[in-house]
Amino acid sequence: MEIIYSPLGDDAILLEVGHKLTKETTNTVRSITRLIEEASIDPVIEVIPAFTTVTVLYDVSTTCRYENIKGLLEKVLVEMTELDQIEQRTIEIPVCYGGEYGPDLEFVAIHNELTVEEVITIHSAGTYEVNMIGFAPGFPFIGGMSEKIAAPRRSTPRLRIPERSVGIAGLQTGVYPIETPGGWQLIGRTPIDLFLPHEELPSLLQAGDRIVFKPISEREYTRWGEACNASN
Amino acid sequence: MLQIEKGGLQTTIQDLGRRGFQKYGVIVSGVMDTYAHRLANILVCNGENEATIEITLLGPHVTILSDCIFSLTGGDLSPSINGVPIKMWRPIFAKKGCKLTFGKPISGSRTYLSVSGGIAVSEVMGSRSTYLRAEIGGFKGRALQKGDIVPIGESSDSINRLIDKYTKEVSPASFIQADWTLQSLAIPHYPSKSIVRVIDGRQRTLFNEKSQDNFLNQAFQISAESDRMGYRLKGPKLALKEPTELLSEAVSFGSIQVPPDGQPIILMADRQTTGGYPKIGEVATVDLPKVSQLKPGEFISFKEITVEEAQIAMLEERKLLNQLTKAISLKLKEGI
Repeated sequence: MEIIYSPLGDDAILLEVGHKLTKETTNTVRSITRLIEEASIDPVIEVIPAFTTVTVLYDVSTTCRYENIKGLLEKVLVEMTELDQIEQRTIEIPVCYGGEYGPDLEFVAIHNELTVEEVITIHSAGTYEVNMIGFAPGFPFIGGMSEKIAAPRRSTPRLRIPERSVGIAGLQTGVYPIETPGGWQLIGRTPIDLFLPHEELPSLLQAGDRIVFKPISEREYTRWGEACNASN
Repeated sequence: MLQIEKGGLQTTIQDLGRRGFQKYGVIVSGVMDTYAHRLANILVCNGENEATIEITLLGPHVTILSDCIFSLTGGDLSPSINGVPIKMWRPIFAKKGCKLTFGKPISGSRTYLSVSGGIAVSEVMGSRSTYLRAEIGGFKGRALQKGDIVPIGESSDSINRLIDKYTKEVSPASFIQADWTLQSLAIPHYPSKSIVRVIDGRQRTLFNEKSQDNFLNQAFQISAESDRMGYRLKGPKLALKEPTELLSEAVSFGSIQVPPDGQPIILMADRQTTGGYPKIGEVATVDLPKVSQLKPGEFISFKEITVEEAQIAMLEERKLLNQLTKAISLKLKEGI
């Protein structure tokens, strides 16, 4: 797959592998990210993968200007093969659907002419993939939701969405790691933290992970919270 | 230690930012004006990444709880100690009990307060910067407020010798300021109409000719909704040749995004890690301090340069900072 290099400002270089989100672009983004990270190129500060792009921030010095970093990256990526398969982790996210945790579950059901139970069954039956992390710390952009439960964003965004809320916006589903304003339809909440600022890896999820949502009862949700507090 | 008597408009602890975690959606944060921050540190013999206090427009009231050497750089927000106006861009020795206050904004909008030894809050993910939205870093993840006691780190030996010397010479709750400052070319001016250099944005050619032309030839006004996350500009509407949906990609400090309303936003220190709006330009890193010091109501216009020119300017700035670091540390061997 062809990689197009372009500058992003004066201290970053952006590698683009296409304009559409496909299995192929997703895999290439992952391979590029891994190869660059494993190469530990000295001037590289950090690597930011997105849907079809990988951005590399670098330390500008007399010996590392745009053309130099481009050369260094090209050399590393020569070794990339299309077949580079990357192992996928599967992460289970328990969700307590509806009630006070999912105030918009009913709206999503009515909008799609389904019962609340059907929405839960469809949402938790899907296999999802994390396309990228962005927008907020640990926030996963997740692909793969069934269009049977798609729902438009709220016309007026909420000023405050509680952390760990699970939502739907159009064909996307996601989990809010921290409290933020937002316009997604909230269908439930998970008791587990997605943003872990004091861990070595601050995000539970990474691009490429598979996600499974598992319905839990309100009691299980509460117990989960208590167990976490006890272990802290 | 410093005691905060009044928080001010938005007073936060920042360093050069949280690096290496953007792929997890963790924003960089850090100071808005890296140049003023670096010099504030250099003036008290700190490393450039030591945390400083970023003060915005209406400054805090601070009581100094232990003898120290500090400096103020950046925008002039009328600083004074015990009611006596003090000078910026130089080291100042202050004894315990001194009261540092700020008044009317004279020029610029952000002042940096650096204390020898640095602001010693603990690091979160390798940085002391305050990340307000995630409530981490800095002082309890929030802006400073009345009653906070801010810890200061250990100064270098040479600075400690100076502090000992002045502790004996200066009367209680009093201060002395250096009678020297930096060479004039090293002290920026903050005009209310700023021209900043920009590099081509990744999606510049998606904009129609007239918009590309207006971007470089018209002035834009800083709107009141500008903050550490982004500067929203008001000016001629910038439009695409045709509606285009883009997939989100990384953005950087200084990316100029244009949402569908056609009014550009310059992304600043607290920007999100990725964005989906087309980018018409990218502010050159060396000119970001100028942007950071603009106030709502003031004006900005853009002048095109190449990536190469922008990188040469970065290297020149680095050279200047290295020279100043050497000269100042020599000077401080004799005293402030």
